[in-house]
Amino acid sequence: MLKIEGLRAEIEGKEILKGIDLEVPTGEIHAIMGPNGSGKSTLSYVLSGREGYEITGGSATFNGQDLLAMEPEERAATGLFLAFQYPVELPGVGNANFLRTALNAQRRAKGESELDAMQFLKLARERMRALSMPEDMLKRGVNVGFSGGEKKRNEVLQMALLKPSLAILDETDSGLDIDALKIVADGVNAMRGPDFSSLVITHYQRLLDYIVPDRVHVLMQGRIVQSGGPELAKQLEASGYASVEAA
Amino acid sequence: MNAITEHNALTEPGAAGFLHRFEGLRARLPGRDLPWLQSLREAGAASFREQGFPTRRVEAWKYTDLGPLKEAGFGEALTPVDSAIPLPRAAAPRRVVFIDGRFSPELSDPDAPVRSLARHLDEVEGLLGSVARHEGVPLAALNTALFEDGALIDLAPGEDGGVVELLSVVRADRPVALHPRHLVRLAPGAKLVLIERAWGHGESRYLHSPVLEFQVAADAHVTHARLQQEGPAGIHLSTVFATVAEKGTYDSFLLHAGARLARAEAYVTLAGAFSAAHLNGAQLVGDGQHADCTTFLDHAAPDCPSRQTVKTVLAGRSRGVFQGKIHVHQIAQRTDGYQMNQALLLSEQAEIDSKPQLEIYADDVKCSHGATVGALDETQLFYLRSRGIPEAEARSMLIEAFLLDAVETVENEVARAALSEAVSGWWQRMAA
Amino acid sequence: MPAVTETIDTVAAVTSGTYKYGFETEIEMEFAPKGLNEDIVRFISAKKNEPDWLLAWRLKAFAMWKTMEEPHWPAVSYPQIDYQDAYYYAAPVKKQGPRSLDEVDPELLRTYEKLGIPLKEQAILAGVEGAGESPAEGRMPIAVDAVFDSVSVATSYKERLGKEGIIFCSISEAVQEHPELVRQYLGSVVPQGDNFFAALNSAVFTDGSFVYIPKGVRCPMELSTYFRINAKSTGQFERTLIIADEGATVSYLEGCTAPMRDENQLHAAVVELVALDDASIKYSTVQNWYPGDENGVGGIYNFVTKRGACRGKRSKISWTQVETGSSITWKYPSCILQGDDSVGEFYSVAITNNRQQADTGTKMIHIGRNTRSTIVSKGISAGKGQNTYRGLVKILPKASGARNFTQCDSLLIGDQCGAHTVPYIENRCISAKVEHEATTSRIAEDQLFYCRQRGLSEEDAVGLIVNGFCREVLKELPMEFAVEAQKLLQISLEGSVG
Repeated sequence: MLKIEGLRAEIEGKEILKGIDLEVPTGEIHAIMGPNGSGKSTLSYVLSGREGYEITGGSATFNGQDLLAMEPEERAATGLFLAFQYPVELPGVGNANFLRTALNAQRRAKGESELDAMQFLKLARERMRALSMPEDMLKRGVNVGFSGGEKKRNEVLQMALLKPSLAILDETDSGLDIDALKIVADGVNAMRGPDFSSLVITHYQRLLDYIVPDRVHVLMQGRIVQSGGPELAKQLEASGYASVEAA
Repeated sequence: MNAITEHNALTEPGAAGFLHRFEGLRARLPGRDLPWLQSLREAGAASFREQGFPTRRVEAWKYTDLGPLKEAGFGEALTPVDSAIPLPRAAAPRRVVFIDGRFSPELSDPDAPVRSLARHLDEVEGLLGSVARHEGVPLAALNTALFEDGALIDLAPGEDGGVVELLSVVRADRPVALHPRHLVRLAPGAKLVLIERAWGHGESRYLHSPVLEFQVAADAHVTHARLQQEGPAGIHLSTVFATVAEKGTYDSFLLHAGARLARAEAYVTLAGAFSAAHLNGAQLVGDGQHADCTTFLDHAAPDCPSRQTVKTVLAGRSRGVFQGKIHVHQIAQRTDGYQMNQALLLSEQAEIDSKPQLEIYADDVKCSHGATVGALDETQLFYLRSRGIPEAEARSMLIEAFLLDAVETVENEVARAALSEAVSGWWQRMAA
Repeated sequence: MPAVTETIDTVAAVTSGTYKYGFETEIEMEFAPKGLNEDIVRFISAKKNEPDWLLAWRLKAFAMWKTMEEPHWPAVSYPQIDYQDAYYYAAPVKKQGPRSLDEVDPELLRTYEKLGIPLKEQAILAGVEGAGESPAEGRMPIAVDAVFDSVSVATSYKERLGKEGIIFCSISEAVQEHPELVRQYLGSVVPQGDNFFAALNSAVFTDGSFVYIPKGVRCPMELSTYFRINAKSTGQFERTLIIADEGATVSYLEGCTAPMRDENQLHAAVVELVALDDASIKYSTVQNWYPGDENGVGGIYNFVTKRGACRGKRSKISWTQVETGSSITWKYPSCILQGDDSVGEFYSVAITNNRQQADTGTKMIHIGRNTRSTIVSKGISAGKGQNTYRGLVKILPKASGARNFTQCDSLLIGDQCGAHTVPYIENRCISAKVEHEATTSRIAEDQLFYCRQRGLSEEDAVGLIVNGFCREVLKELPMEFAVEAQKLLQISLEGSVG
């Protein structure tokens, strides 16, 4: 389970997270909603260990392990996966090579045997078919020349291969058409189970029609200001964030 | 007029001749009563004595041979008796004129913010020579030793100097050597558009070797458009030094359109954060001509952009040279440097030598350069002709399009118009 | 192929980023007296039982060398080299002349095995089976010429190659067995007085490889020379000559290592390639000489002249180099494109870490009509390394229709290093087309973070991104070398991040 207590973080001296308290029990999917600038992306970067953020207070643990003390790759190896809002382009680095290197690095960290090229390709092709991804995406440079939808699918493919126990989706729905949105949602739903939890960060309710969360939290000005069931998302959609602010 | 007695005889050729002339003139050159200037001139002479004229064994002079300069003797300019030499049409509403390197008040607009350097030397202690350097630049050293006059432009904080044409006319009826020195200082927030024009009148060989120093303070902006239209046997060797403080801009465009042998060197230092430099240019090189555009751009502060596009067109038996070095110091993080040089060869006897160069010591930088060399695109030519345009005209259109693309980078309209005029029709004149 | 797999394993075992090939072989050596003079030149020539014409050729080179000055234009700096304070001949004590592999000193065989270069032919063949991820079709074995300090100690697969009429042997042997070929081509591409180091090499070269591929023959396997400097205070001056006769094709690989020493050792090789009509030579180098320690103490001075002449019509010479070692590298593998429609290529990765300096690039001289050249250079600077690309593209007036494309990219890792690009373009032909592009960049923070988020360590992430940066060049290497080169890149960068 992911447990965040009193988490404060700032960037270049400006406090963005002002004391976040949040628990995501194993097996559950929670959504974090909030207006632009509320600290949603900062939360995902702080949890996954991006540099440039200073943690000024509080804690974040995952299955009892102190996330904040770990390097980004160590967090990945414990099962944390961040689907980026803007997946990064790596010119010249083949997608297949990248995926296999990442997969084997994590398998190594878990003490599992590494996959050879054939085993990997078999696995990758299988997962790609499930995501209706053309096979040539394996040959291309990582995210280079990918459309917005292809980049997001590539993120989902990575998730399907790396099988995280905690997936953070950082506004994965931004810039996606409805078909791509469904593919992403199907990818997440397929992972659903007693050992998988997820934090779905989104600005809109739309994605939550496809990934139905167990809980919804509203993040505003660096704090969780309201929590509730899936109905909270619908309510926000109808009345806007201003209604929460007023409350 | 300056009281320099006529000295008609040609001096001996080569560096020795110029040094000999310094010995002969030193007691009579302007500023002889200013000790600081005397020692500056001595230092210039000593540096030139040590370096001599560069040979092709010097890396920076690999492609340009000063043989024609070294073999010939050059004399003094004569004191003009009558100033009734025809001048080119003015390129800007306000113009100041130098004849054979000396300020001509009667031909100059009194409203222009330009004064004679020779008459105001007492004001420039600490400024003159503060941007220029002698080491590795023997022509600048020689200029410091021998300069007689030049323009002094000194703008106050926030002052807008407007658009000014600085016309240097050389009466090329005998082989003279001129070393004018121009000083331009912009105080914080000042602005200036300077159209610097070198114009040769006559068929004789001569040397015109100006040095320009620009001190651009914070938030100041200078546009420096250069039209080199020397006479057909002239040798033009100019050197520009510029240093730019925080958020200042040095924006230059060099057009080589005349001279038998021309080389323009620019040494620009981006010394303050967020300062910028544009070192654009075009070289029109016809039969028998040699043109060289050499620039050294020093990124010595962080967050500075620089842009350089230089285009060269070569016809007949000619040679064009582009050398552009960008040096990014370790401190100059977030430098954004771009350099492009393109050459168009129109003749079987033409040669282009191009050496773009990056020297980078900072890691967070974005620097790129590109170079292309080729002939006119046959497909484009065919397309134009298939629409009924005669071949000569089609060629001319494509050549002008190639060149004007570079000229378009000049933002000031007056300066752009002056440059465009010099460019248009070059090929038709060449082909005629 | 075990040669490679073993090397990779050795390389992969590295944890501290230290040089893996730094061991020294204990073997009885024979030296010429220290220093350089005419007597040493005569000594070397006599030792090799050379014909008079070759001694005269060497002495002429020596006379030229004495009048020449060391070049100072490269962007590298090093203390004055004392040419009198080195041995110019060092060879394992053994009987003279060619011999079978069985006769080679077992200590030498062990040395090469330790380097991952098995000289035993069956060992190489055994590698064809069970080669892991390799494609199903059988791998070609590699024929190896092993040069240990001054002499060639073994050459494998000579017989099998001989059946095709291919000559692959040490140059000393070629002087004895094929003097007419050596005499015709030696110095025909790199003349004795070409430059300071080439003149030095011409005077004192001790061994190297010789390859002749007869008309119409496609060499059935990769040919390879493995250079090893072992002895102290020696320079290595090898000379390689490769001739591809009309319609012949050959791919040649070169590898190099040296023990770790706190002195600088000079490696001044000359490589000459000649391609006649329709011939093709592909020359690949993975240069991993000892680079010195992190303070710049020790390491090889790699001052090498490599040049290929595309003499024939439609001939092709392709240079691929991965330069990871040496404290100073100074080399410009070049192509003289003389034959009409001939093709020159240069693909280079040069990496400098710690205090390494590299000034490397190429010259493409277009003489014939419709000649084409491609230059792809990737320079990586880390630590306090300095990396310079210096290249010349020269198009002569008769090279109508000539084309050149140059892509030259630099990557900086850290703010203590330098990356420099010095291209020279000289065009005297109206119908030629030359294009040059250069960029400088660094590894973006978001790229690193993206990889680390997916579980890669920072160093692995850098390695991955650097390999991506170098991809266009690495894909030109024969596959086994490409894998090895990737690992080497990663090792060369160790300690450069964090």
